[in-house]
Formats: sequence, C-alpha cells, structure tokens
Amino acid sequence: MRLAQMIKWGASMQQSRKRYIIPVGLLVAGLCLSAGVMIAGMTLAEPENEYEAVIGEAAPEGATPFEQRIQMIAMSCAACHGTDGRLQTAIPLLAAQPAAVMRAQLLAFKQDQMPDATVMPRLAKGYTDEELEALADYFSALSRKANPGSAL
Amino acid sequence: MIKDAMNRRQSLKLMGAAGLGTMLSASGLPVFAGGASAGRVVIVGGGFGGATAAKYLKRLSPSLDVTLVEPQPRYITCPFTNLYLGGIRTFETLWHDFTELREKYGVRVVHELAEDVDVDRRRLKLAGGEDVSWDRLLLSPGIDLRWGALEGYDEAAAEKAPHAWKPGEQSRLLRRQLEAMEDGGTFILVAPDNPFRCPPGPYERVSMVANYFKNHKPHSKILILDAKDGFSKQGLFMEGWREHYGDMIEWVGRSNDGGVMRVDADTLEVETEFGTVHKAAVLNVVPPQKAGFIADRAGVIDASGWAPIHARSFESQLVEGIYVIGDATQAAPMPKSGFVASTQAKVTARAIIADLGGDTPPEPSWVNTCYSLIAPEWGISIAGVYEVHDGLIREVPGSGGVSPMEADRSFRRKEAEYARAWYAAITQDVWGTRFAF
Ligand SMILES: Cc1cc2nc3c(=O)[nH]c(=O)nc-3n(C[C@H](O)[C@H](O)[C@H](O)COP(=O)(O)OP(=O)(O)OC[C@H]3O[C@@H](n4cnc5c(N)ncnc54)[C@H](O)[C@@H]3O)c2cc1C
Repeated sequence: MRLAQMIKWGASMQQSRKRYIIPVGLLVAGLCLSAGVMIAGMTLAEPENEYEAVIGEAAPEGATPFEQRIQMIAMSCAACHGTDGRLQTAIPLLAAQPAAVMRAQLLAFKQDQMPDATVMPRLAKGYTDEELEALADYFSALSRKANPGSAL
Repeated sequence: MIKDAMNRRQSLKLMGAAGLGTMLSASGLPVFAGGASAGRVVIVGGGFGGATAAKYLKRLSPSLDVTLVEPQPRYITCPFTNLYLGGIRTFETLWHDFTELREKYGVRVVHELAEDVDVDRRRLKLAGGEDVSWDRLLLSPGIDLRWGALEGYDEAAAEKAPHAWKPGEQSRLLRRQLEAMEDGGTFILVAPDNPFRCPPGPYERVSMVANYFKNHKPHSKILILDAKDGFSKQGLFMEGWREHYGDMIEWVGRSNDGGVMRVDADTLEVETEFGTVHKAAVLNVVPPQKAGFIADRAGVIDASGWAPIHARSFESQLVEGIYVIGDATQAAPMPKSGFVASTQAKVTARAIIADLGGDTPPEPSWVNTCYSLIAPEWGISIAGVYEVHDGLIREVPGSGGVSPMEADRSFRRKEAEYARAWYAAITQDVWGTRFAF
C-alpha cells in the first residue's frame, strides 16, 4: 500500500503542502546547497545496483487515476536518476530520501528558488504542485535498496 | 508500511509463480493466474524505445508474455558516439546487452531481423523463418536512411563519406578518417532538414570533432552545410564554439547556400543549391531519414515516411493493435531522442496493459532532457515536459526550454557532468548496464 502511505490524498494533502511550503526558503538555504541538487548533510549509501523487477508494491489495489499517473511519471524520472530513483551519481538518488526535503526542493525548483539548479526548474514547471509533492512522497517511500529476492 | 510492501513481496516469492494468481500488478490490474499469460506482446527493436518497453511491461505486469526481436547481440548507443568520435570516450563504453532483460525480467529476446508483418493473422515474420504471434505488436525500429534522396549518396557512398547516424562500423570508419586526416584539412558535415534523429546531434558532433582538432590538428577547419536556417540550441552552440574554438567552425544555413544537392563521395565534394562546390578532407553526410522499414511493412507509415499515432497511447492511427514509439513516429513537438523513445515506451507500456486489461490508462505525461557537450567540461541542455491537449501532444505551457545564455563556467561544467551521469542512468534503466563511479 505504497501510495496510501505517501499521504492521504485529499484533505491531509492540503495540510502537508502547507507544512512544507513554509520552510522552502529555510530548507533550501539550509539543506540543499551543495552540488545544486544534492541533498546535503546526508550520508548517501553505496551506489545501488540491484532493483526490483516488479513495481508491484508501489500501487495499491484500486489506485486512483492520480496515483496511477504519479507512478507513470515516476517511471520517467529513471532516465536520469536510475530505475526507481536508486542510482547515485552526480545526479542524486531519490529512493528513500526524506519526503519533506524532496517536496521542498521540487517546489523550490519550480519557483526558481533553488540555488545552483540547472535543468530541474525547467522540468518541475511541467507538473502541478500536487504532482511534485506526490512524486517526492512516492520516491521517499521506496526502499533505498531493492529487495534482492524480488520475484523476477 | 514499507514493511507491509516488503512482506507482500516476500510472500509473493514464497508462494512462487503459481501464487501470482491472487496478486495485483503495479497498476492495480489483476495479474492472471500462474502459467496463464496476461497477453502476448511482441516488440521489434532493442534500442531505447523497445528495450525500455520490454522491461517496463514486465515490471508492470509480470505475467505478460513479452518477446523482443533485435538482430544485434549488443546494442550500441548513438548517444555519446560523438564523444567517441572526438576521442574522449572508448567505443566499448557504448555497448549494452540484453542479459538483464532476459535473465532478470524474463523477456524472450530473439536476435533476428523482423522481415515482415502479417497484420491480418497478427504474426511477425523473422528472417530465420519463425513466425511470432502477438496480441499487441510494438514497433520501435528507429530510423532508416533515405538512400538516394540526396543525389549521389547511397550505401556505397557511405563507405567513403560516412553518415555515422546509425552507430557501429560507420562510427569507427568516421573516427579512422578523422585520425588519418592531415592537420589543416576541412571536415564537412552535411546536416539534414527537419525532422531527423537527434536535432542537436550534428552540432554536438562538430563540437566534439573541434575538440579533437584543437588538441591534435589545430589548423583544421569545420564547415557545416545545413538544409535549414536554424537548429536546436543554436545560440548556445554558437556561444560555446566561439568560446572554445574561435572561428574553427563555420555554419552555413540554407538561405546562405548551405543546402547540399549533390554528393560526390569519390572526390569528397558536395555541390550546393546555388552551385557552389566544397571539397572536404573528411566528409560526414547526415542524410534525410524515415522510419525503420518494418514500420512500412506493417502499414503504419504515411507519405511522410513516419508513423502517425494516437497521442494518448501511441497506437498506430493506421493499424489497430500495433503501437509505434521512438524515432519512427510523428510525435512533434517531442524530438527524436533516446530519452523521448524511453519515456514514450513507459507511457505506452502502461497503455498496452490497460488495453489488454480493458481499463483506462492514466493521463499521459512525457519528459525529455537532451544534453550536448560542446567541450568535455562544457555541457548544455534542452528539456521539455509533454502532455495531450485537445488530442494533440504539446509541451506543458511554461515548462521546458534550454540552458541560459552567458551562464558561468561552473554551470556549463555541471551540465557536462550531468550529461555523463544521464548516460549512466539511462543505460542502467534500459539495459541494466552498470558503470562504476
Ligand atoms: C550522433 C547522435 C547522438 C545522439 N545523442 C543523443 C543524446 O545525447 N540523447 C538522446 O536522448 N538521444 C540521442 N540521440 C538519438 C537517439 O539515438 C535516438 O533517438 C534513439 O536511438 C531512438 O530510439 P528508438 O528505439 O526509436 O531507435 P533505436 O535506438 O535506433 O533502436 C532501434 C532498434 O531496432 C532494431 N531494428 C530495426 N529494424 C528492425 C527489424 N526489422 N527487426 C528487428 N530489429 C530491428 C535496430 O537494430 C535497433 O537496435 C543521438 C543520435 C545520434 C545519431
């Protein structure tokens, strides 16, 4: 029930957005300075090379069209961030990173408030705030490493 | 709740394949009971589009029966062949194979050429004689060159004046010619009119050749004869060329007599629209293009040479049950890039699963980022996010665009670094290649 855990879509989304919009400036200044989009102050694990064969756990039974769309959009992030956002290069990994930080960063990209950004401001403007927040939550909820014993 | 997911996956594993019957796939669609297939999808082409589609179809719906038909045992990317030509990357780092698709995802990979399509009987004919049946056919055959469209430029001419627009022996030939060229020679690149594979590609290529010349053959010149009056990221390219290569590179657009009408591969001469003859030491002709021939056999291309598709699914407008993605399609304003072929593959994988399962796929969203290197530490990019609006594909208003002009050195350096990281990421995502960092 991965997306369910992302947040309760609806009223609480409103709330959580409020919660994270306010500290954007602060988080951006405080947490996100180094390497443009690296999440500073975090110890990043070894590059992850295993990943799951099945996205299966990501979408709950009866996922809403919005949830399904988020999952579909997230698949395309892999072109730069690796499958499931699990690749750590000069481009940061996304899997299992703090949702609050990623939400703040994505919104800051969109609002041109992210220092040292390059391509992400242009990309973030292609999505609604709700989508960006949901994407942050989606990647945050993925495990850092894929289950080595995945079915395929 | 991560635990829940883990437990579910673990129990999935414990139950074994037969247990799949009760599971739901990624999309929330039922996965059919063990043994039974959720449908047969046959894919032609193991490039950016086809290999991505194979992987994501299996990830989204593991019980699908997916066959990938690709003649080459390993795929060589076009992306970064320009770096190879410029001598800053080895050829071997451009190779990717199909082990992961076969072993990890259970895709049936058949290394043969698809020769023909029997639309009525829903069968793909392979060169080896086998017939493969499909419930849905997905074509991602890339491009074919229009031999003869440019007078004098046919397959024999390409042995002397390479295109290197489909990678492999052609890339090696061009590299050898550049290495053998004497200092002071002129490298001519003949660039095609739109639409063609990789709009910034010719301009990245001359950049990488210029970088090689600068270090090894500094008296050489580069001339681009262009069939159009403008090109992708033009301002950024020209700014970077001035910065790094002074006046080594000259670009001549169509209106200034850049349109090449005739090629003589024996003398390495080209003649323009207004009758000017240019002689090259190394001649690189990027000719007009069309969808790979199998798209024609399937009846999915129109007079333009490219495949018209329904925007939401990339199902052919001409033949039901056949999907086309990647360079072969008419998907403007999305460019013909590997990134785009891959994002289209993901959206279309979802659409095919919905089609087979009789439900509605999510509202599509595609994304593209194309990096180009002007110098090893000088990268630029163009990006776009795309959606369907009134039945047509369009760029999401306010999104996308190119890197800023006059950005500082550290910005360009960062985009060069991201270009290399992008290559590692997309080849990991598509073929499972692992680069060390
Ligand atoms: C010099 C250059 C630089 C580029 N740089 C970039 C870049 O930096 N970033 C980027 O995103 N894109 C780049 N591109 C563009 C990118 O290479 C293409 O857009 C991409 O390859 C398109 O993917 P595709 O799946 O449509 O076709 P392809 O990747 O060409 O794959 C088609 C596959 O189908 C196979 N095939 C064809 N016909 C048949 C058949 N009948 N039966 C079986 N198999 C068949 C072929 O063997 C091939 O492997 C570049 C291109 C060039 C030329």
